[in-house]
Amino acid sequence: MALLDVEDLSVTFRRRGQRTVHAVDGVSFSVDAGEVVALVGESGCGKSVTSLALMGLLPRRGAQVGGSANFDGTELLALDQRSMRDIRGKDVAMIFQDPLSSLNPVIPIGIQVTEVLVRHRGMSGDAARKEAANLLDRVGIPDPRRRLKEYPHQLSGGMRQRALIAIAVACQPRLLIADEPTTALDVTIQAQILELLKELVRDSNTALIMITHDLGVVAGMCDMINVLYAGRVVESARRKELFAAPRHPYTVGLLRSIPRLDVGRGEKLTPIRGSVRDVLPWSEGCAFAPRCDRRIDASIGEPPPMVPTHTGHSYRCVNPVPVEEKA
Amino acid sequence: MTLASGQKKDKLDRLSELAAVRDDEQGVSLWRDAFRRLRRNPAAIVGAAILLLFVLVAIVGPFLVPYDPAAQIGVQQGVVRSGAGIIPGPSSDHWLGYDHQGRDEFSRLIAGSRQTLIVGVVSTVIGLTVGVLLGGLSGAAAGLGGRWGRWVDNVLMRIVDMLLSVPSLLLAVSFAAILGPSPATVMIAVGAVSVPVFARLLRGSMIAQANRDYVLAATSLGVGRGRIAISHVVPNSLAPVIVQATLTLATAIIEVAALSFLGLGSQVLGQPEWGLMLAEAQRYLGVRPALAIYPAVAIIITAFGFTLLGEAMREALDPKLRK
Ligand SMILES: Nc1ncnc2c1ncn2[C@@H]1O[C@H](COP(=O)(O)OP(=O)(O)O)[C@@H](O)[C@H]1O
Ligand SMILES: [Mg+2]
Repeated sequence: MALLDVEDLSVTFRRRGQRTVHAVDGVSFSVDAGEVVALVGESGCGKSVTSLALMGLLPRRGAQVGGSANFDGTELLALDQRSMRDIRGKDVAMIFQDPLSSLNPVIPIGIQVTEVLVRHRGMSGDAARKEAANLLDRVGIPDPRRRLKEYPHQLSGGMRQRALIAIAVACQPRLLIADEPTTALDVTIQAQILELLKELVRDSNTALIMITHDLGVVAGMCDMINVLYAGRVVESARRKELFAAPRHPYTVGLLRSIPRLDVGRGEKLTPIRGSVRDVLPWSEGCAFAPRCDRRIDASIGEPPPMVPTHTGHSYRCVNPVPVEEKA
Repeated sequence: MTLASGQKKDKLDRLSELAAVRDDEQGVSLWRDAFRRLRRNPAAIVGAAILLLFVLVAIVGPFLVPYDPAAQIGVQQGVVRSGAGIIPGPSSDHWLGYDHQGRDEFSRLIAGSRQTLIVGVVSTVIGLTVGVLLGGLSGAAAGLGGRWGRWVDNVLMRIVDMLLSVPSLLLAVSFAAILGPSPATVMIAVGAVSVPVFARLLRGSMIAQANRDYVLAATSLGVGRGRIAISHVVPNSLAPVIVQATLTLATAIIEVAALSFLGLGSQVLGQPEWGLMLAEAQRYLGVRPALAIYPAVAIIITAFGFTLLGEAMREALDPKLRK
């Protein structure tokens, strides 16, 4: 059985006087222990909302969560606040996009690292401080004892993200959710942070949900990739298969928009037409149809079903890209 | 992870981010940055200088005054007969002349600063403490407390709103009337007036902070709501409250003077206090108006100093004004 099994997860935002938003609309995926699973899609497709729903961090007013998320036998979506607090940071931890705003600006790094050790590992005083220094060392922060006394603004962006990662892995969680962990960082540092995450999950057999809008980020590290569009998974495959034989036109579009060295100079990057705002509600057909070159009559009318293949690769398209015609 | 590769990466990490670091160190530290801006602001320098002088005078002044501020020297020497309209003005022995009871005006003005400082500071501390408790509870309840929290917040804030809707001097006078005239009354009355201001300010600031990313991040680590409120949200919400405390000191000094002026302050015979001095000088405005001007100017300058510094701090800490 998988470590995390997400079945038909849906999140609907209802606010008085505002349009109802189906931010997540029946998402299913699973994560095995030690596996790295990616959720990929343009911004606004529901990646963050998915992760927040799993962590029970959506605002209780206005957000309606449905479906199920089974974490090693525990139904996360049905858990009361107190039990959820015990799981958060201990069994499931999260790394956020912006390391500066995710750290408390007026508290030294050390206290923010020890806080979680005190909370979940019952450590205190010197032991906690020592472990905090160990953790900073482990994520590659030089001179950790001095760094513990510093404030977030005194660290560089990369160092801050390393500190956040140290906090997230402090209690050796079994599942780590990283929501665009490199998006706010410089390109050179992005690669280092990805490398660090890769090493950490490999060494400790932690499962990782890697959330990103950039297929390039997941190319080097993920086992399984789920492509999201407008709140639904539109394609799901193992990494090699997805890159080698993408079937959904949206996935192909995402792949075409990654800069690549093996593409001739004359060929331009082809961004996907239109924007995420040009969506059709899933109930009326394929949400991607308005932007799609391969749109056919069958795309409109009723929601396309997920088509499974024998290799575990599945896609949600009535006119999929033929395998030979790979990007 | 391996140490060697880690160290190499760090070197790269630091090198490529050197520019960013330099940038950060100039901008982000709230307090250090605010302090740097304060030092460059002439209004802040003037305000701080006035305050320093005031505090210094209040602390050491009473030990250095040339005459006992309660001794009726002028009457004993027969030079002051206020009944007959004779109150001598400044001379080389008595720099600001005598008051209506023949006491040395300069000594009284200096000695009076201490009473004003003590009552002003204590009343602000009272207001700050109660206000921070109320506002903190309310802010924590509203920002992090769920359904129950909203109820608690509503009740607390209606009480605060009631306090806020009464004109401050009227509120202070009512308090003073209930408790009877004494310095403690003045402190409590003036403190009570500032409670709603501090409470509202802290609450608003905490509710804004409750939506910040670091609160979500702490929540995602399983940190309890109480701890998040106390050790994460409150420390980030105090800046405007501290600025307000400086501004409140200015109004507190004026209100303390006003209450003493109305006869609600110290009843200890002969104890100098600026508001009381002003009140007493009233009857002799025709004879020696200067007796009213001295304490009035002292009150105004002191309040001016607090206001200058307070406004400068507000500017320095205002995130919208920071680059
Ligand atoms: N608190 C909220 N209230 C209403 N709508 C929300 C809220 N949070 C997110 N949404 C909507 O849900 C959709 C998905 O958002 P999100 O998961 O943040 O996208 P992303 O994939 O970029 O992380 C967006 O359309 C967004 O507007
Ligand atoms: Mg997001």
